[in-house]
Amino acid sequence: MAGFNKVVDTYEEALAGLEDGMTVLAGGFGLCGIPENLISEIKRKQTKNLTVVSNNCGVDGFGLGILLEDMQIKKMVSSYVGENALFEKQLLEGDLEVELTPQGTLAEKMRAGGAGIPAFYTATGVGTPVAEGKDTREFNGREYLLEESITGDFAIVKGWKADKYGNVIYRHTAQNFNPLAATAGKITVVEVEELVETGSLDPAHIHTPGIYVDRVIVGTFEKRIEKRTVSE
Amino acid sequence: MTLSRDQMAIRVARELEDGFYVNLGIGIPTLVANFVPEGMEVMLQSENGLLGMGAFPTEDELDADMINAGKQTVTAVSGSSIFSSAESFAMIRGGHVDLTVLGAFEVDVSGNIASWMIPKKLIKGMGGAMDLVAGADNIIVTMTHASKNGDSKLLEACSLPLTGKGCIKKVLTDLAWLEIEDGAFILKERAPGVSVEEIQAKTQGRLIVPDHVPEMTF
Repeated sequence: MAGFNKVVDTYEEALAGLEDGMTVLAGGFGLCGIPENLISEIKRKQTKNLTVVSNNCGVDGFGLGILLEDMQIKKMVSSYVGENALFEKQLLEGDLEVELTPQGTLAEKMRAGGAGIPAFYTATGVGTPVAEGKDTREFNGREYLLEESITGDFAIVKGWKADKYGNVIYRHTAQNFNPLAATAGKITVVEVEELVETGSLDPAHIHTPGIYVDRVIVGTFEKRIEKRTVSE
Repeated sequence: MTLSRDQMAIRVARELEDGFYVNLGIGIPTLVANFVPEGMEVMLQSENGLLGMGAFPTEDELDADMINAGKQTVTAVSGSSIFSSAESFAMIRGGHVDLTVLGAFEVDVSGNIASWMIPKKLIKGMGGAMDLVAGADNIIVTMTHASKNGDSKLLEACSLPLTGKGCIKKVLTDLAWLEIEDGAFILKERAPGVSVEEIQAKTQGRLIVPDHVPEMTF
């Protein structure tokens, strides 16, 4: 690598340095915009004891669900889980810990984490089980919860196009949590469908500026659809 | 007669106003999109990061990168915008969404709502529901009035863990339209052919019945 060239050629290089016990932030919503190949590489590496922060945990046999097969995940931080039978089994047997976090709070935890803000107040979750053990404070007559931000050792992100400087754009609703995760990883790895010439992306249309990105790799994607709904 | 799912959606759709940004939850709330009055412009917000959700795609339009918050494949209308989940919830938490419609297991006279967790059953998570109820000022809860066993879901105090505290003011059930004020449900309208007595019998929380309770018409 030279200068700002973030491109790596192999998935092994893309996740070099990922070790047991680390925290991984993953982009994606359901199966939309998930870093499929980076997840597969974590499986190949057999990294264990991971804390994974992601809105969901994939499905049986696809997405983050494949990391459950060899018990690589110790803890999930998610807003909605249980689309997979293996997840349910490991949860009930105590092999897996889950921290359920409201979706907006999860997004904000990553955003704030990446922005150097260690905690923030939100009305979300006041008076619910989410509030247990958390400080509250009143502002303008309303009660708010103090929520701590999240950062990760690694962020794994799925983009549409990137240049070698790591400027990334996302496609449609595959954006979701990806740009947030990208800001909050000590090492942020983005896999994209296409590497484009530097300067060909409109600077004003970049979703994730290259400053957040450490490694870029080009992959091919299955893009499995979770709920296929069509009209006539 | 209890309201059908479509009738519930039609009744909710009467609360829409031209120029509203609306978030519709899964189930009956989703059906509301089918009954937006002719000539009215409403923009649907989907909390995964889409403002201006359109119809389901045709086979030709099907795109794995275009989904809604229910993970269904969708299209985007002309004039829509797409953004990150943080931006999406900034809209929701910042009170920019004009109307939120969502389902629930229970609501109570204090405006509390329980919709995500039944202890000892598998807990899948709250998704965006806690953010939606905390962030929106104008929320309509759609639910059946009582469980299959006949237990009221309109309670003096929710028995299940809450999704939000003191945030619900309007409830549409298969029997009635109610509003929550000063620690009571106020019966505003009843489903066609449903008696006030039946609603009273199926409402466990304090219920105020005005002198005249109109029947809904469809």
